[in-house]
Amino acid sequence: MTGPTPPLADGAAEEVLYSESFRIVGNDFEHGGEVAARVKAILKQLGFPGDAIRRVSIANFEAEMNVIMYAEEGTLDLAVVPGGVRVTVADRGQGIPDIDWAMQEGHSTATPEMRARGFGAGLGLPNIKRNSDEFAITSTVGTGTTLRYVVYAGLSAEN
Amino acid sequence: MQLRSIVELLGCEVLCSREALGVDVPSCFAADLMSDVLAFATPNALLVTGLTSVQAVHTADVAECAAILFVGAKRPSREALELAERRAIPLLSTSHSMFEACGVLRAAGIPPARKA
Repeated sequence: MTGPTPPLADGAAEEVLYSESFRIVGNDFEHGGEVAARVKAILKQLGFPGDAIRRVSIANFEAEMNVIMYAEEGTLDLAVVPGGVRVTVADRGQGIPDIDWAMQEGHSTATPEMRARGFGAGLGLPNIKRNSDEFAITSTVGTGTTLRYVVYAGLSAEN
Repeated sequence: MQLRSIVELLGCEVLCSREALGVDVPSCFAADLMSDVLAFATPNALLVTGLTSVQAVHTADVAECAAILFVGAKRPSREALELAERRAIPLLSTSHSMFEACGVLRAAGIPPARKA
């Protein structure tokens, strides 16, 4: 790869090198973290640098736990593109009435059970944003939430 | 400090991945809140926690913690133990409380693993 990494905007012509979709089931705490672990293994196998894998994995784990805690079901779509890793997490659920409020650290509507699992302290969305190079969130109350984030990285074979 | 020295220091029971006790632990992060670990812990830290669910192990895996130390004589769930074995993440348990364990580790010279 040469030159600066291009921003990965919604490009119809974007080349996808690898893609896979993972289902996440609401309230399934027992398996919470498995999707992030599977994606981590894939990225490792593809030869991404460790720092990029760590950032994608942290974002994925938080996003996965958000679906488990707040939605009925959702999907995590992984797309490896020439400039990095693009992830879309879309859920069917209650949605977020005030995204600006939810994006602030410490703001959460979690139940005590969620907090007993070590999550739900209002750090998830800010944590996903912090670990991404691009981040977008849309939500409709009563319908669901869609997160889209990108981590820039080159495959080691191309570096 | 090597993980095996920490085992001695805190009288830990080694619950799994004993083969990794030679690993060097450069720093330590203590939390029951896994989002805190994901947000602020630097790689290779020893994770000190009272949270025994499978999410503690997923967190250690994702945040690349060297090992997990359960405080207050807590024991991990079966799922957590099996996952840690598969990932070769050592799980330790000490009867010390969170406060006591952190005090001992800090006094032994282990620095905090918190991002600036």
